[in-house]
Amino acid sequence: MRASLASPALARNNKPGKRVLPGFALSLGVSLLFIGLVLLLPLTGLVMQAADMSWVQYWAVISDERVVASYRVTLWAAAIASVFNGVVGLLLAWVLVRYEFWGKRVVDALMDLPFALPTAVAGITLAALFSEGGWYGQLLAAVGIKVAFTPLGIIVAMSFTSLPFVVRTVQPVLEDLAPEDEEAAVSMGASDWTVFHRVLFPALWPALLTGVALSFTRSLGEFGAVIFIAGNMPYVSEITSLMIFVRLQEYDYAAASAIASVVLIASLVLLLAINLWQARYLRRLHGR
Amino acid sequence: MSKSKSTLRIGDQPWVKWSLIGSALALVLLLLVVPLILIFAQAFSAGTESLWVNLTDTYTLSAIGLTLLVAAMTVPINLVFGVFLAWLVTRFEFPGRKLLITLIDIPFAVSPVVAGLLYLLLYGSNGWLGSWLMDQDIQLMFAWPGIVMVTVFVTCPFVARELIPLMQQQGREEEEAAVVLGASGWQLFRKVTLPNIQWALLYGVVLTNARAVGEFGAVSVVSGNIRGETNTLPLHVELLYQDYNVAGAFTSASLLAGIALLTLLVKSFVEWRQARQRAPESDQADSL
Repeated sequence: MRASLASPALARNNKPGKRVLPGFALSLGVSLLFIGLVLLLPLTGLVMQAADMSWVQYWAVISDERVVASYRVTLWAAAIASVFNGVVGLLLAWVLVRYEFWGKRVVDALMDLPFALPTAVAGITLAALFSEGGWYGQLLAAVGIKVAFTPLGIIVAMSFTSLPFVVRTVQPVLEDLAPEDEEAAVSMGASDWTVFHRVLFPALWPALLTGVALSFTRSLGEFGAVIFIAGNMPYVSEITSLMIFVRLQEYDYAAASAIASVVLIASLVLLLAINLWQARYLRRLHGR
Repeated sequence: MSKSKSTLRIGDQPWVKWSLIGSALALVLLLLVVPLILIFAQAFSAGTESLWVNLTDTYTLSAIGLTLLVAAMTVPINLVFGVFLAWLVTRFEFPGRKLLITLIDIPFAVSPVVAGLLYLLLYGSNGWLGSWLMDQDIQLMFAWPGIVMVTVFVTCPFVARELIPLMQQQGREEEEAAVVLGASGWQLFRKVTLPNIQWALLYGVVLTNARAVGEFGAVSVVSGNIRGETNTLPLHVELLYQDYNVAGAFTSASLLAGIALLTLLVKSFVEWRQARQRAPESDQADSL
């Protein structure tokens, strides 16, 4: 143990069960109070609203044809957007870590723009770019592709808002990769592609998967950026978050809560899965 | 970076390297730079005179005022909470510590619309707490306190998320030594902890501010969209856009984009400072 090397006073205080540093009770109190009031108490409202419904009513609301169509649109768009971000994010992380080029620091800084830019601003910007008269819309129309007001627009908006996740999870892992394995493989004459997919990729994919999962989770809940470009046609380009919003505007709080509970449970399960997966993966890294 | 190492790395042949850098730069240009340029181009599209008219419009000014108020209340609350939580989970071992770290991520996983709905159901006139508050003549939803409350929810992980990895990595030896030497709790925080975390704390605050200023989905559920009263800047952007006042919408959007760019700038600065802090000796040698 490292404590044995420290001064006797430190070693004494490092005994399990004795806390040296002050503020345990205070910081525990503040944290629990905050988490209780801000994060957990609001859940009771949803539970009580949902408890007013019978199972039959609840099922009828969440399995409504239009709502199911919105799940399908949201899931597909989020899946495609996060896979796209997986590929693009890996490329960007690779280029930022492995090469030196002019303007690299600016590119690195810009990478976080989608996190810093308000979603509504991203939404109107993408809508303006991809509309028929827009800078991108004109070019794409020439080859017969329509993005604005179609499900493709949803994918574009989701990709934009969750682009940094993969870059920022893969980048540190790629930076910390020990060069020995790669050097050995290269000096034995393996081709670049072989080295990448036999030596580097096995070390990178847990981080890549984490980034894609984070990107997927974020995309499932994205609202501001999507609604401006999606066109929001029922059954075609209506996402589940908007479905909740629509029910609210009809003052159908019960239906809004039922759909929200589905979204909430899905996102909490995803969050838990990602955290457990990360904990396992990190333990494996440190265990080496 | 040494030249000799590069021969034993993959992806360093000029054609591979430059085609990867080229495609990465093209993607950054198309996905990030052009959208950014479009925001400012659209804001200026009708001339500087109309830019000024749009900026000094009564509703725009009141939206700016409300947005600043929301940020001014949200940031200090989450700053205090973030520091206490980070102190708690990085300086003490206790049962439930991991659960606490997972709980704090809830706002990242929950769709902002669902977040807004949770607060509406609890504090709205139909909620168990809201109906009681109504009897006391206190209205939180569809008024500015509700906007502050959901913004606190949405932005509460940022400070803690910036601090936790850094404080974990720095360890507690320095602080324990200070306690043994007789430092009080406040002295310990100000003289030992704060200098170590100040830059990460700054970035956490700036990120919290950026998200507080730009929150859309959650705020639009609880705001009620009363022009001149409960309209924040992102909601104002939406209203103008739906009124086909595109130049006006992008004028307000460009203010928000300016805050986003400032956030990225602070982030680069903080990373530069942290790199300097990690290598103080070599840096002092450079400056001499």
